[in-house]
Amino acid sequence: MTKQQANWSPYDNNGGTVVAIAGADYCVIASDTRMSTGYSILTRDYSKIIQLADKSVMASSGFQADVRALQKVLEARHLIYQHQHNKQMSCPAMAQLLSNTLYFKRFFPYYAFNVLGGLDSEGKGCVFTYDAVGSYERVGYSSQGSGSTLITPFLDNQLKSPSPLLLPAKDAVTPLSESEAIELVKTCFVSATERDIYTGDKLEIVILNASGIRRDYMELRKD
Amino acid sequence: MFRNQYDTDVTTWSPAGRLFQVEYAMEAVKQGSAAIGLRSKTHVVLACVNKSTSELSSHQKKIFKVDDHIGVSIAGLTADGRVLSRYMRNECINYSYTYESPLPVGRLVVQLADKAQVCTQRSWKRPYGVGLLVGGLDESGAHLYYNCPSGNYFEYQAFAIGSRSQAAKTYLERKFETFTDSSRDNLVKDALFALRETLQGEKLTSSVCTIAVVGVGEAFHILDQETVQGLINEFEIVGEEPTPADETAAPDQGSGAAAPGPSEDVAPMDI
Repeated sequence: MTKQQANWSPYDNNGGTVVAIAGADYCVIASDTRMSTGYSILTRDYSKIIQLADKSVMASSGFQADVRALQKVLEARHLIYQHQHNKQMSCPAMAQLLSNTLYFKRFFPYYAFNVLGGLDSEGKGCVFTYDAVGSYERVGYSSQGSGSTLITPFLDNQLKSPSPLLLPAKDAVTPLSESEAIELVKTCFVSATERDIYTGDKLEIVILNASGIRRDYMELRKD
Repeated sequence: MFRNQYDTDVTTWSPAGRLFQVEYAMEAVKQGSAAIGLRSKTHVVLACVNKSTSELSSHQKKIFKVDDHIGVSIAGLTADGRVLSRYMRNECINYSYTYESPLPVGRLVVQLADKAQVCTQRSWKRPYGVGLLVGGLDESGAHLYYNCPSGNYFEYQAFAIGSRSQAAKTYLERKFETFTDSSRDNLVKDALFALRETLQGEKLTSSVCTIAVVGVGEAFHILDQETVQGLINEFEIVGEEPTPADETAAPDQGSGAAAPGPSEDVAPMDI
């Protein structure tokens, strides 16, 4: 008599890839817009990126139901913060809040692989990268999701100075200009789309800098 | 109102069917510094007088943002007002979280009123000593409500509460018919005029008052001192609005309620 195995999982993986790169005075956060389940595509036009505060943008791949729930909790917490402190949360503060929120569900985690990008209090770009239970680190760039194994080594190679392969990283942020960083991100996704079946359809890029926030879109292969 | 043997507990009725503790709580609102609200079809303006106890201290905060589409101004025990504002903010956040849409103003004031009523029917509680002018926007348009310690609430076109609010109500009763179609700027101007009435001759400057606006396409926000002073200067140069000599104002439907004097027959919360 073999033991009965659980055949229902509370989780699903909707795939997708997210990337963020921090520059001297900007931050680029990008993700594809494909949402899948198993070998099927649910939609080609789903945004994984959300602006949580003036200078904090979060992109998350994984189980999008958990991602949405996590976004709502952070949005509500940010409103409370604004009422209490009469100002917006800084990106490092939001980073800590995200970590605490994730660890809060340590024993039934949010299946969300997050990357938080924004500007710190000095106006420099910052990127924070997380695991599903809230372990986080400030880095110069990061990639999470199904295409991350393809993109991360490429970014290590291209963004040499903030790369932790040169231990410790020579620079905290990339010396690239904003437009160079955007081109690099586009290249990352085009390559990842070729080999990762869960990445494709469309690329959404969010750029945060001193003048504010803007969005760029680019078509990706749909197969 | 005079002390009597039925006013010790909030849970004791008087033979005339009144709850004196609740009425005393409403007295506390009348002692607070004035707060005024007016609304048009698309905007609500809240204004209040900010008097500090001494030159050395800061002003009491009397206007609170509850959500992007709702704000509240208070008169009475400001500590109670602060606590109720926190409650209102939480309710808005929870509603937004569940329904991903803004809490309708009418729903919020009912919840607030029910919360106030609880304190009129528990022997271990006391009524909240604060009156709230809740101004907000929702799908059905712009709204202004008055929530009082008794647990009653009313919708108004314009209203004033707190000390010397009768002077403001007199002004508002004269002008309220123009408010519905008023422009945003004229509404703010009318709020400043009404506020000036409560100051009884004292000079109106941006340091003694606070103005807040919420409207279609305009999230609730408090106007900064500079803007307010600019508006005051504008109309002071144009000339004083002539104030009427009559003190008695006939209570009109939709405008300010008649001030309950020390009459023994009608309880204030029943008006």
